[in-house]
Amino acid sequence: MVEAVFDGPHGPKPRRRFSRRNIFLYGTLILVACYYALPLYVMVVTSLKGMPEIRMGNIFAPPVEITFQPWVKAWAEACTGINCDGLSRGFWNSVQILVPSVLLSIAIASVNGYALANWRFRGSEVFFTILIIGAFIPYQVMLYPIVILLRELGLYGSIWGLVLVHTIFGMPILTLLFRNYFTSLPDELFKAARVDGAGFWGIYLRIMVPMSLPIFVVAIILQVTGIWNDFLFGVIYTKPDQYPMTVQLNNIVNSVQGVKEYNVNMAATLLTGLVPLVIYFVSGKLFVRGIAAGAVKG
Amino acid sequence: MNSVEIKSLGLSFGAVNVLRDLDLEIREGEFLVLLGASGCGKSTLLNCIAGLLDVTAGQIFIKGRNVTWEEPSDRGIGMVFQSYALYPQMTVEGNMGFGLRNAGMPRAEVQARVAKAADTLQLEPLLHRKPAALSGGQRQRVAIGRALVRDVDVFLFDEPLSNLDAKLRAELRVEIKRLHQQLANTMIYVTHDQVEAMTLADRIAVMRGGAIQQLASPGEIYNSPRNKYVADFIGSPAMNFLDGVLVEGRFRAGDWVVPLDGYAFRGLAPNGPAWLGVRPEHVTTGDAARTAPISAEVRAEIVEPMGADTLVWTTLAGQSFRARVDGQAQVEVGDALTIGFDLTRASMFDKETEDRL
Repeated sequence: MVEAVFDGPHGPKPRRRFSRRNIFLYGTLILVACYYALPLYVMVVTSLKGMPEIRMGNIFAPPVEITFQPWVKAWAEACTGINCDGLSRGFWNSVQILVPSVLLSIAIASVNGYALANWRFRGSEVFFTILIIGAFIPYQVMLYPIVILLRELGLYGSIWGLVLVHTIFGMPILTLLFRNYFTSLPDELFKAARVDGAGFWGIYLRIMVPMSLPIFVVAIILQVTGIWNDFLFGVIYTKPDQYPMTVQLNNIVNSVQGVKEYNVNMAATLLTGLVPLVIYFVSGKLFVRGIAAGAVKG
Repeated sequence: MNSVEIKSLGLSFGAVNVLRDLDLEIREGEFLVLLGASGCGKSTLLNCIAGLLDVTAGQIFIKGRNVTWEEPSDRGIGMVFQSYALYPQMTVEGNMGFGLRNAGMPRAEVQARVAKAADTLQLEPLLHRKPAALSGGQRQRVAIGRALVRDVDVFLFDEPLSNLDAKLRAELRVEIKRLHQQLANTMIYVTHDQVEAMTLADRIAVMRGGAIQQLASPGEIYNSPRNKYVADFIGSPAMNFLDGVLVEGRFRAGDWVVPLDGYAFRGLAPNGPAWLGVRPEHVTTGDAARTAPISAEVRAEIVEPMGADTLVWTTLAGQSFRARVDGQAQVEVGDALTIGFDLTRASMFDKETEDRL
């Protein structure tokens, strides 16, 4: 075989690893990553130190003697008021609030979105607009009216009252999310299902929902993080026995009596943040998967 | 008996009238093609027949039953969509049986019907695949199968072949024709492709602006189009139109004057501005042209060889004129040609109304 001889540029264009562009790009990325990772590092490190070590003041130094005592204390022993059973109580309260709120709000909002996208009725656009405006009303305006509403319903101070509040406040943004997703699904699929004799619920449950895993994952992420991190509604609409984890965390960290136990506070904060973090890690992959593949075109 | 009957159908979205006072009767077992450019209302009409759009006026009868207010699934129709619209999470079998299961049919019968349809469409080896694992042609066959299993009176096709490549389109076209011969169901087929329309249809309805321009057999539409729009739309390459004036049985375009003896006017031959339409494939050259009733000397300006035939662009009476000649003919740019045509195969249209004269 004769090897061709070329003059000038030929074949693949050579790439320089340390070009100015690359140095700038990766330099910026590393810098920003450090900026965000540093506080987390400090928290983890501090939560693993004993109090004597913390008092020495080197907040960036790794722990000399690793201890998990602060984590145990934060979970099971830290005191808020007269209760000394740590964050565990708040954790279970939060779970009890979270699960029904997420399920209920997503179930209702997805049906809303589906109806608004596929079963246009007279005034559906107006209805949708009103719902969207709801997303822009500041919560503070509605705090007191809701107190009265819940009191009249006999739900004030109970977990179910809070579930109701979370469900309602999640409605505008979730409905928007689902409506836009269902609108993006091919219209002919809906028509085909109607010709095949499927009704409102048949199309929803057997055609739309199985195609909508990505948007359900988005909705779950949105609702889990939102409801888990909620402080305002939790502190207003529940009693101390039912305080969610965030409220209890605040009560532990902000207690004014006694020594400030930084390691316990850090451990408690990390524990509280764990649930949204797990959700992010677990759901990341489901995000990108194309579910509608094969439905249309070719 | 008429299979489908549409009486003064109207559909408007707000102030926009998409369909206006439309009447159409489709015979039992007929293959009707709704043909038109995009936006002419052909798909809208099909959706109205299917019950996917609520009409604003008129009535629709299927098999003599007034279905104007009925749900799509109760009308006895099956529909095939352009994008196939297969349910992605179901297997081929699940897709085809979906309608039957919705109707509460026993499982054994669903399976039997699906198997029969799969046999007709040669889909048996694919029954347990998901749509994502099928090629475009296979997907469209599944979509047809979904309509087939439901044992309906009327099949509706909404541009079913538009998403396929040219070769596959030709194959599936034949398959649909074979299916129609085999089943002898009424079929209504929407397309913008005139080849599909000509090859498949018993009758073609050429639509424009929400109204039917001409409803006739493919031959009649091709040979005696009712107006200039239909004449222009059907045929590829498109018909030549010479702009001129009719004066006492003669057509005059500039200095070029031809007597109109061979032409069969619909009424009395009028006087006034008119179009003379001649299809490029009806133009002859060489010896045949010299003996033709009308002939002229022209010069080849652009030559487009297409294999089987060659399209030659010339100028006749100061206007652009195309002739389709044999693919083996040696024509070079600048060559002098004798062209000729017969008025029995030409069309005359009024300049004003564009209707056939």
